[in-house]
Amino acid sequence: MNTDLVLEARGLRKYFPTGASKMLQRPTDVVQAVDEVSFGLRRGTTLAIVGESGCGKSTLGRLLARLIEPTAGSVLLDGKDITKASSRELLALRRDIQVVFQDPYACLNPRHSIGQSIGTPIRIQKTLSRADEKARVRELMALVGLNPEHYNRFPHEFSGGQRQRAGIARALALQPKVIIADEPVSALDVSIQAQILNLMEDLQSSMGLSYVFIAHDLSVVRHIADQVAVMYLGKIVEIGDPTAVYERSAHPYTKALLSAVPVADPKGAGERKRIVLSGDVPSPVNPPSGCRFRTRCPKAEARCAAEEPLLIERESGHQVACHFPL
Amino acid sequence: MTLLSVRDLNVTFGTPEGDVRAVQGVSFDIEPGETVAIVGESGSGKSVTANSLLRLNFGADVRISGEILLEGRDVLTMTEDEVRSVRGSDMAMIFQDPLTALNPFYTVGRQIGEAYAIHHPGATKKELREIALNSLEKVGIPEPLKRVDQYPHEFSGGMRQRIVIAMALVNNPKILIADEPTTALDVTVQAQILELIAEMQAQHGSAVILITHDLGVVAEITERVMVMYAGRVVESASVENTFAVPTHPYTRGLLKSVKSLDTARHERLEPIPGTPPSLIKLPSGCPFHPRCAFADSLGGRCSSEAPELRIVGSSRSACHLPDERLLGLMGGAS
Repeated sequence: MNTDLVLEARGLRKYFPTGASKMLQRPTDVVQAVDEVSFGLRRGTTLAIVGESGCGKSTLGRLLARLIEPTAGSVLLDGKDITKASSRELLALRRDIQVVFQDPYACLNPRHSIGQSIGTPIRIQKTLSRADEKARVRELMALVGLNPEHYNRFPHEFSGGQRQRAGIARALALQPKVIIADEPVSALDVSIQAQILNLMEDLQSSMGLSYVFIAHDLSVVRHIADQVAVMYLGKIVEIGDPTAVYERSAHPYTKALLSAVPVADPKGAGERKRIVLSGDVPSPVNPPSGCRFRTRCPKAEARCAAEEPLLIERESGHQVACHFPL
Repeated sequence: MTLLSVRDLNVTFGTPEGDVRAVQGVSFDIEPGETVAIVGESGSGKSVTANSLLRLNFGADVRISGEILLEGRDVLTMTEDEVRSVRGSDMAMIFQDPLTALNPFYTVGRQIGEAYAIHHPGATKKELREIALNSLEKVGIPEPLKRVDQYPHEFSGGMRQRIVIAMALVNNPKILIADEPTTALDVTVQAQILELIAEMQAQHGSAVILITHDLGVVAEITERVMVMYAGRVVESASVENTFAVPTHPYTRGLLKSVKSLDTARHERLEPIPGTPPSLIKLPSGCPFHPRCAFADSLGGRCSSEAPELRIVGSSRSACHLPDERLLGLMGGAS
């Protein structure tokens, strides 16, 4: 089973020091952005990471692509630990892991033509000659539904959806194994989101890509994921296949998160029981002791403050970190 | 009397590239206490329409025509002083980003008090503080006595939006305009804020105009829906009809491209092809025809003649397709 994993995280942790200055001789505060996160991504499938802002999902995505260094833990690509890779190895590694970012306006250089931008990874990695690069970029543009004749146009001449297609084309330029997509559709209009999601699914089946799909929108995730990990304050609280997580949610946070999603069906709106969580997500600087969700949890008891719940298998492939699962 | 009646509203922005026709021929009525949603994608004209109601469209070259009748008085022909007396007292607005709607240099208590003082010049400092405290308590801010003297940066996003709502409601407005009030918030906080708006509406009896791109939010709290596309209202219907029997191909497209929590894994979405048009170079005829799956079936009519809103079933739709086809857009039973 394990040989099937293209990407694996083991005890991944990222702490950011913050706040206090050395002059005041205070111990520095630490933001525990990602804490002890482990999971495996099966080849050719999609793992979605969901959670609210500040839960650490984007930091996790950056760790997986080694855009930032972990405080502890390791990331294995095809069984090889990339957190220990040297800078030369890292260059090679970039061929296998690519990132698609949220904001299609910020991720393209406004002074480079769209063709130049898409070809940048090829130039850096020197995988093709200049002439072949152009041909390859045109191929990529056609693949993601952009008109290859627009090679020399600049980002401002494209709409948001088209720019996101360019971002995807650039990520595909080196034929990676894994794509980390950080909120790839959340900046787009509803009618365009569906186009991009369909494109990503088509590319996955034709090129055998594996995705880590980071999102806050649970309905998008349901549609695209083979596995869903729910994060809260830097930790995975529940992970499993979408049917298990959505229909048999065992963590009170997952349940509340799902019930909070507005449903585009006025008939159902009245019948559904919505769990409105009180308060906001606590600060990750000093997260609550024990279970980090206990301060907002309707089921919290004394044990939740004293003892941290571990991820425990509930049914095959469905794990939950809760002392009193639903 | 109808509370608010908008008649043939047109808003055009002159730019060096050409005229941006942001809103074209929009008409609608709002009755006391009802909740109406204006739905559309970016550039559909929904926010420009909302801003026009309070004459908040600023810019070097803005041309507005039509009528905005608030209890019979036309907002568009009022003097600047008269408009100011309407803003915040008859019609109040909640914006998308609560951080930019609040002044970072003043305590939230002072800002709520100020919103009241503008329309009640005689109020004493003590009264204003009392009112600020009451408002904070009403919108569910814990420990109002402590929080009233804090600054916006000391609050979370959801709490800030509560404060903005408190400010908007401090003068008991007849109409509350909420422009994407929950878009910047997380889902669990969004649920809290939607609940609060509904609660406040029940208490104050205000009418609510909700501007949003999120059909889920629409289904949760509104009664009536107007769908806008490229500056025009393309469909206007009750919330039940909008979702069950959409009578415009664009509305149908929106519904089909929405992912729901129970969409099966890898079930193919049906996106609307293409992108929304540029408001400078609008397509001829129906602005939706280049993206519409049905446009070819009517010969050249869709590209030559702009459809007017007309009654189709119990909805109103701006589409040339015959009624029976519009009523059967979702397939199956009409």
